[in-house]
Amino acid sequence: MRGVGLSGGVLSTGLLEQEAQAAPPAAPVSGPAAVPITLRINGKSVNTSVEPRETLLDTMRNSLDLTAAKRVCDRGTCGACTIIVSGKVMYSCTMLAIDSQGKEIETLEGISAKNHPIIAAFVANDAQQCGYCTPGFVVASKGFLDKHPNPTYEEVKKGLGGNLCRCGTYMGIRQAVVDAGKQLKGGRNA
Amino acid sequence: MPDYSWPPMEKRRIVGKRTSRLDGPDKASGKAKYPSDLNPPGLLHAVMLTSPHAHARVKTVDIAAAKKFPGVTAIRVISGPGTEVQWAGTEIAIVAATSEAIARDAVALIKVDYEVLPHVVREDDLGKVGNRAKAAGEQVTGDPDAAFKEADAISENLYSIPVITHCCLEPHGQVIAMKGDKVDYWPSTQAVSTVGGDLAKYLEIPASNVHVQMDYMGGGFGGKFPADRWGVESAQLSKESGGRPVKMFLDRETELTIAGVRPSAFANIKIGAKKDGTIIAWQSQSWASGGFGGGGMPPLPYVFNKIPNYRLNHTAVSINAGSARAWRAPNNPQASFLTCSAIDDLAAKLNMDPLDMFLKNVGLTIRPDTYRLQLNKAAEMIEWKKNWRPRGQNKDGYMRRGLGIGISTWGGAGHASKARTTIHPDGSVEVELGSQDIGSGTRTVISMVAAETLGLPISMIKVKIGDNLYPVSGPSGGSTTVGGVSSSTRKAAVNALQKLYDIVGPILNAPPDRLEAVDGKIRMIGNPDKGMSWQQACQKLGVNTITEMGENDTKRTEGLNTGGASGIQMADVSVDIETGVVKMNKLVAVHDCGLVINPKTAESQVLGACIMSVCSALMEERVMDQQTGRVLNADMEFYKLAGIADIGDIVVHMDITPDNDKRGVIGLGEPPAVPGVAAIANAVANAIGVRVPSVPLIPSRVLAALNGRRNA
Repeated sequence: MRGVGLSGGVLSTGLLEQEAQAAPPAAPVSGPAAVPITLRINGKSVNTSVEPRETLLDTMRNSLDLTAAKRVCDRGTCGACTIIVSGKVMYSCTMLAIDSQGKEIETLEGISAKNHPIIAAFVANDAQQCGYCTPGFVVASKGFLDKHPNPTYEEVKKGLGGNLCRCGTYMGIRQAVVDAGKQLKGGRNA
Repeated sequence: MPDYSWPPMEKRRIVGKRTSRLDGPDKASGKAKYPSDLNPPGLLHAVMLTSPHAHARVKTVDIAAAKKFPGVTAIRVISGPGTEVQWAGTEIAIVAATSEAIARDAVALIKVDYEVLPHVVREDDLGKVGNRAKAAGEQVTGDPDAAFKEADAISENLYSIPVITHCCLEPHGQVIAMKGDKVDYWPSTQAVSTVGGDLAKYLEIPASNVHVQMDYMGGGFGGKFPADRWGVESAQLSKESGGRPVKMFLDRETELTIAGVRPSAFANIKIGAKKDGTIIAWQSQSWASGGFGGGGMPPLPYVFNKIPNYRLNHTAVSINAGSARAWRAPNNPQASFLTCSAIDDLAAKLNMDPLDMFLKNVGLTIRPDTYRLQLNKAAEMIEWKKNWRPRGQNKDGYMRRGLGIGISTWGGAGHASKARTTIHPDGSVEVELGSQDIGSGTRTVISMVAAETLGLPISMIKVKIGDNLYPVSGPSGGSTTVGGVSSSTRKAAVNALQKLYDIVGPILNAPPDRLEAVDGKIRMIGNPDKGMSWQQACQKLGVNTITEMGENDTKRTEGLNTGGASGIQMADVSVDIETGVVKMNKLVAVHDCGLVINPKTAESQVLGACIMSVCSALMEERVMDQQTGRVLNADMEFYKLAGIADIGDIVVHMDITPDNDKRGVIGLGEPPAVPGVAAIANAVANAIGVRVPSVPLIPSRVLAALNGRRNA
């Protein structure tokens, strides 16, 4: 088929494919009207009400003012909405908010509040231009570093294959993740 | 008149130093609020209904059921009965509701009856477009027929590059609130100072009634200048909903279908040269389409436009597809690909190293010395002489390796821009411009210029952009922003500093024109002990501030900025001849852009442009379906962009030299987006020994070329 190159999206995710397992069944809630739910986000419990069809991404963005995660492809391809759910890197556009109860959700807002070194590494390596894909990349990088401390460039290329950037910031991102990895290791050994 | 010229290279403290972008921390921590992130109180969401047909006449639009749907606050028909729809995705109606889901449900209740009309959505076969083709007149210079007879080698081939989209990650759209005839407008735009006027024209209100604000935007690449129908209609929805703000951003399918494309380009090119490689004749029959409006005429022959004998024919094709918008260096990447492919094929006919062929013909360009230097520099970076082999000769099992060359030219002089600099008694400094930072580092550049001029650290400069109440600054297009804002900022800061000198001079007992601002001090030139700190100087203002304007007058830039940028890129690829997969090894980019204010962000611009070229060369294509008249790949799964593993290594060389520096600031956003496709396509031809005539160079096309077939 035309237009099917080799890159991008889930075709090259490797790691994310393996990590993005189906979530366990959620608490019993049904629609079609909005239902109250409780989410654990960045270590805090948050009450809101959602229509059962709402994605976690839309709930975060529209109801909770958590707008770091962006809606770009809205189909689990580009990674701009990346969050970490119970330790796993996930696309929040592919999760329903009602299915996200009872899980520990970590967003960039939470990661930046903890001053993770990946953020400074993105800045130092100019790993952002327009910046719209950046939050997704930062979260994916953090999740990747959690499991692959001190990675090589080759590992970074594989591990971040589930995110896309249009401005073309990949060179800076590669370096940022490798640099942050070194700092994390240094931190542990210090 | 004050001396506005840039300080000499060796005296600069900030300009020219690698500086991290100021908004990096906000972007990397998710704090940066884009227009699509805004959730003002009372926010409504709008969703559009678009035409599923590529060509149709609207017979009826029934909104009765949608109007009654609970949660809907307003609904508008955009294309009423009788409207002839010319492309799929045309805006038919729009609904505002208390949530996006409700708006979507209501849209589904709108009933539209169409009279479906015949459509043409593909332009690749000129024989099938009928009366949609519109020929431009023939252009002839010299005597091409005689020259081809004199040529020792002639190459003739049909090359093509398809329509691609901008695929901005933040879709087009806005949050907008209209109360009476006043509008608050938060668009994702490349044109903070002008987009309000565009909107006002359609709303029939004074431009000054529209307040535009935008701190960040998620990518434009030439596609985000106008207010667009969805902006105008969303304003009306807001007004009809009692002034509540309305958020409307295109969904991905609509974004990829109607929010602008880069036109295609097809060309039959015949090119002839003497035995020594001197090009003497060119003939091209080109055609292109950018959608219903036609459009897209690649400037051929590109860069080598002093070929003495040529004949040009071009045909614009109108198809039933969303229209073209400026796309990073309009028409230049296409022209570079077409021209450099033809030259490369001609070199192969002559058994000549294409590097020698390009060098041999730099005299046919307007900047021979620059291109010669850049060709040699890029060749050195990619180790051309060591790594290049004749076509198809660099083999390792099923892998073939190859090198290729691409070339670019661009203007990039600064746009009209006004800046206002205010010095406060507490020593703080504000610089205000109705400009925008679309990801190119504009904020940072402005602060660097102001800090350099005032002898202060960057941290003391507060840059205020992204608001049309600030002095008017041009839209970010044509690589004009950096030249414009740096010049206006420089002048405003110099003017403000003069006023401060006028106040401080008498106190220091020194003539104002003998003062300088260095390292946070105002001091006497040649007598650094005679001075006072910046803070002390500003305290002398008492309760007053100094506010001065600066303007980049495009007709008199006083050497602060200029246009005319050249570039060379060379690609190194490996091709698996069993699978047809092309792998990027390396792309080297050599670009001049005059005085480089921030090498760090300038380099990022080049890197990003190179990566866009990898996308366009290897995977990007908008695929139209003649059966349904629709875009087949209007999502990000099948509209392919390169991922982090697909780009190989990219090495940038900015020609930062005293000679280039003297030219002043030159824009850089577009020129590096030009030569990459040509370089990669030529590298693939060099690797596999045959030309793959159509980009993107997807595996099926590579395999077809290897098997002697033209099309995949």
